[in-house]
Amino acid sequence: MMLKDFEAFRLRAMREWQEMHLKPFVTVGTASCGRSVGALETLDAVKDFIAKHSVDCNVLEVGCMGLCYCEPIMGISVPGAPRVFYGKVGAEEAHEILEQHLLRGKPVAKYALGTVGDGIVDGIQNLFENPFFKKQLRRVLSRCGFVEPTNLNHYIATGGYEGFLKALSMEPTQIIEELKNSGLRGRGGAGFPTGLKWELARKSTGDEKYIVCNGAEGDIGAFMDRLIMESDPYSVIEGMTIAGLAVGAKRGYIYVRAEYELAFHVLEKAISTATQHGLLGRDILGTGLQFEVELFKAAGMYICGEETALMNSMEGQRGTPRLRPPFPTQSGLKGMPTVVNNVKTLANVPLILRNGASWFSSVGTEKSKGTVVLSLSGCVERQGVIEVPMGITLREVIYEIGGGIANGRKLKAVQTGGPLGGIIPEWMIDLTLDYETLRDVGSPLGSGGIIALDDRTCMVDVARAFAEFAKKESCGYCIPCRLGTAQIFQILDEIAKGHGKPSDVDLLVSIGEAMKVSCFCAFGQGVPNIVLATLKHFPNEYEEHIRSGRCPISCKLSEGG
Amino acid sequence: MDEKLNEILSSFKGKQEELIPILQRIQAEVGYLPSDALLKVAEFVNLPEAHVYSVASFYEQFRLKPAGKNVCKICKSTVCQMHGASRLLEEAKKYLRIEEGNTTSDLKWTLETVECIGICAVAPCVIVNGRVFGRVTPQKLIQLLEAVEGES
Repeated sequence: MMLKDFEAFRLRAMREWQEMHLKPFVTVGTASCGRSVGALETLDAVKDFIAKHSVDCNVLEVGCMGLCYCEPIMGISVPGAPRVFYGKVGAEEAHEILEQHLLRGKPVAKYALGTVGDGIVDGIQNLFENPFFKKQLRRVLSRCGFVEPTNLNHYIATGGYEGFLKALSMEPTQIIEELKNSGLRGRGGAGFPTGLKWELARKSTGDEKYIVCNGAEGDIGAFMDRLIMESDPYSVIEGMTIAGLAVGAKRGYIYVRAEYELAFHVLEKAISTATQHGLLGRDILGTGLQFEVELFKAAGMYICGEETALMNSMEGQRGTPRLRPPFPTQSGLKGMPTVVNNVKTLANVPLILRNGASWFSSVGTEKSKGTVVLSLSGCVERQGVIEVPMGITLREVIYEIGGGIANGRKLKAVQTGGPLGGIIPEWMIDLTLDYETLRDVGSPLGSGGIIALDDRTCMVDVARAFAEFAKKESCGYCIPCRLGTAQIFQILDEIAKGHGKPSDVDLLVSIGEAMKVSCFCAFGQGVPNIVLATLKHFPNEYEEHIRSGRCPISCKLSEGG
Repeated sequence: MDEKLNEILSSFKGKQEELIPILQRIQAEVGYLPSDALLKVAEFVNLPEAHVYSVASFYEQFRLKPAGKNVCKICKSTVCQMHGASRLLEEAKKYLRIEEGNTTSDLKWTLETVECIGICAVAPCVIVNGRVFGRVTPQKLIQLLEAVEGES
């Protein structure tokens, strides 16, 4: 497609999108979380039902809207009435709901999560009034669960590629200026200003330049990047294309975690469709601009989420980190200037171009602008992926969106930012979620994983579990990390088993402090955060284990729940 | 084997950066990375054999020994453990009569643990022959394993 044809394409896509709503349709969320609890069986049941009753009705496979705890999710849209979403719909429930709603026009309140669209259905509230959604501000997640992920028409009908078209009419330096003005910072954990990163790469010289999307999500309790790649792949591709234009890169790679097979397939299809339509390739929309995207399937190892280890693995080497400087923007993949951006960062880019920097920065705190996408898991009532303005309190996230602690238990602490993040005790949950606040209390926001721990959780056991992960995932490149992670695990394991010594506490602190200053990369430097935080906030639990030789709460993680 | 390997290699150019994709293809076809294959790959990408071995042994995904016909992986990340993953592992060990990380002597089953696979909202999770299952109870796990046994 040529640039001059885009407007006609867009209008056609919008017409198709509107016409879709003039006929009944059923959606089933078939992202990984849904599939793991039977969404494909639900989908089959829906198709069988429609064939059996010869209903004139479309069936759409959509991504995940983030209400993962309610999967499988089915939506039914009948013209003239709002769409109704239903949760925990297995094959049997699907039959019952379709029979009532689709055939008889009677929505089934007992399975309903909420309605979307104009109009009221008796006994069912608007989905966005549902406490899970009420405090959310969904920008990056706006399409997730509502469109067919690889359907380019759906993407374009909902504003897709408008940001890119705007970028095409701008000078690369203007694009970078817009990004800088927006205040967007890297969503992968480090929080580096995105516009500045692009500017550094633009100014670097090299025969080639690369844009790498970091989809190596590996933090324990983090699953939002998977959700975005599976549910709205074009937003990432469009963000990369804009980055390519701004930086002067002709090639991009998406590095996808080995276990994320579905995300890989969805992205593969989206890349090929975008290429067929001239939105990727050697001559994008006939403008002479070249940008191609390739997928790289990772081979495991948490450390490959670290950008220099990631690039080493793409070059056919062991995934160990590199010394910096030089920074990737100076000398990255194959020695060329390279921008490595997280999935969420790139998904924000088209929105900033489309709506402007001031729109983006209209929410957030002084230094942390925009929204933050979080994955909420652990002991909360409602688990899933949410998007909230930066600066919301942890209390609001846990109690209002997450619905508080499940099974009538009480909150004890919140684990943020995965294995390199930290622990925030219950008495500090009025803290706001933004880069600075969390960094200052020693529990970085990281990639956005939030795990709620209830009052039955033994904090020694939590520290032990994370230390076990760190020991296994240490790449072995530098000695303080290779030995330190093993020693921390060994000591914590002994304490958890009741064989701890009084001197162990000081030993843990000194090993942790030594790792923070001597480890080669952010992995080894971040590993001690959790153990040091549990020592600081819950010293009694360590003392009790060591003094009495047993766990005051019962180390349920090691004992099996 | 040689023929299969040549066929796989013929679809690559022999560049160093293709090393991981090449190893992934071999493992997908053969089930593991035989040492003969690693030697041949080293020659093909023009790298020392030690480099190829160091890469193959670095990444979690690669196997240097044959795996069982069926593979059961249990997520043991903190979130899954909070929801009972350790019990699932115990049940699987008992049912398959092997320890974690091992393969049954008849090469029927391999039992492994994995780190967080990113479906924490429906924890605990297991992967049986590549298919991911969430909200798994001990009973459901046994049903899943029995169903696979029934098929083979």
